[in-house]
Amino acid sequence: MLTKRIIPCLDIKEGRTVKGVNFVELRDAGDPVELAKIYSDEGADELVFLDITATVDKRKTLADLVSKVAKAINIPFTVGGGISTVEDVKVLLNAGADKISINSSAVKNPQIINEMAAEFGSQCIVVAIDTRNVDGIDFVHTHGGRQATLLKTQEWAQEVCDRGAGEILLTSMDHDGTKAGFSNELLAEISSALSIPVIASGGAGTMAHFKDVFTFGKADAALAASIFHFKEIGIPELKTYLSDSEISIRI
Amino acid sequence: MTDVRCRVLASDIGHQTPDNNMKIAVIKYNSGNVQSVLYALERLGAHADLTDDPEVIRAADKVVFPGQGEASTAMKYLKARKLDQLISEIKQPFLGVCLGLQLLCEHSEENDTECLGIFPVKVKRFIPENSQEFKVPHVGWNELENLVDNPLLKDLPANPFVYYVHSFYAELSELTIAQTHYIHDFSAILHRNNFYAIQAHPEKSGLVGEKLLSNFLSI
Repeated sequence: MLTKRIIPCLDIKEGRTVKGVNFVELRDAGDPVELAKIYSDEGADELVFLDITATVDKRKTLADLVSKVAKAINIPFTVGGGISTVEDVKVLLNAGADKISINSSAVKNPQIINEMAAEFGSQCIVVAIDTRNVDGIDFVHTHGGRQATLLKTQEWAQEVCDRGAGEILLTSMDHDGTKAGFSNELLAEISSALSIPVIASGGAGTMAHFKDVFTFGKADAALAASIFHFKEIGIPELKTYLSDSEISIRI
Repeated sequence: MTDVRCRVLASDIGHQTPDNNMKIAVIKYNSGNVQSVLYALERLGAHADLTDDPEVIRAADKVVFPGQGEASTAMKYLKARKLDQLISEIKQPFLGVCLGLQLLCEHSEENDTECLGIFPVKVKRFIPENSQEFKVPHVGWNELENLVDNPLLKDLPANPFVYYVHSFYAELSELTIAQTHYIHDFSAILHRNNFYAIQAHPEKSGLVGEKLLSNFLSI
């Protein structure tokens, strides 16, 4: 039986792992390669690296990191952060990334999803969507959730699917950093409407939140960062809990 | 409560370090990310050459045929370089992975493509009965079931998990040595003479994947 995936997310700045509460306050949480290896040994199903470096050397630094991670770990991983061209994708896939994730660049130029999917296949193109509820309507936000767009989240999710995205990573900015649970209602709506897998992100605080996102939220995978980095929840205990709760999980 | 980590790591999935002089050729063609296959072989202590040189491929002790991408484009590329003929003449242990498995079959529904025909098996597209429950592509970790006694599957735990990303599958056949269930049962691993093929990505399937690759290197 296909299992639900548990995905730790490593935010990377200049080669180090960081995670901010609501993306603002950054704290150092360790060496990415070492952390990746630990998570892979502990039973993480996949990893996501989100690069938030803003320097000119960014592209090369990121490709170097991807290559180090690819050499060290034997589970799939996705790389995101500032990827905007077919050439950016080629460099990262050649360095050993399994998938790339795009966000603001897809909002700015939706055609890039079609181009990337045609060039590399849908299976390696993840479109990340940051969403925030404004007066009862879910709108796509960019720039780490700071900038609102006029795109309605549900419509944009359908569009990226139609354009050839292989998976959607949906982050609720209202829930991110709150540890109060995932945005299950919106996730269920989007996951039910789409033919591609949905990765839920934003709001994980307890093991029960993961159970809820797989049942009520109909998510195919759940992503979290700080609760794993600061060992508030261990991946082995989380997977045992979910398995005991009759969620299909790889053990 | 059971300790999951113990169950994962205590499954006693050891592997032997391959002979340093072993020559492994990974066939280079217009497929997706092959770097992770090379890294996975390196982690096992083996060195592989990524090559489309017929002489290097013929002289190798083992041949690996990886792949991601689209079937008809890949077949056109292989035919243009006569790699189709070369592959069918190979006598050494040969391992197809993912699209590599599909191309070793007879025909693929992906753009109605005639494939290499090593396995007389048809490749079909997943059609979900219920799109809310079954999404396509089949992405994630799923179990290998009904494993037969075969050197490629030596010392694997019961129903091990492997990582999949695919929209097309090979039907069950007499050559199926392990199957997986998604929507219906399909061929997870095929074997005929010196040809082996895995639909999942062993290079991304943790310790189980490493064991499959190390078993292949020991054949």
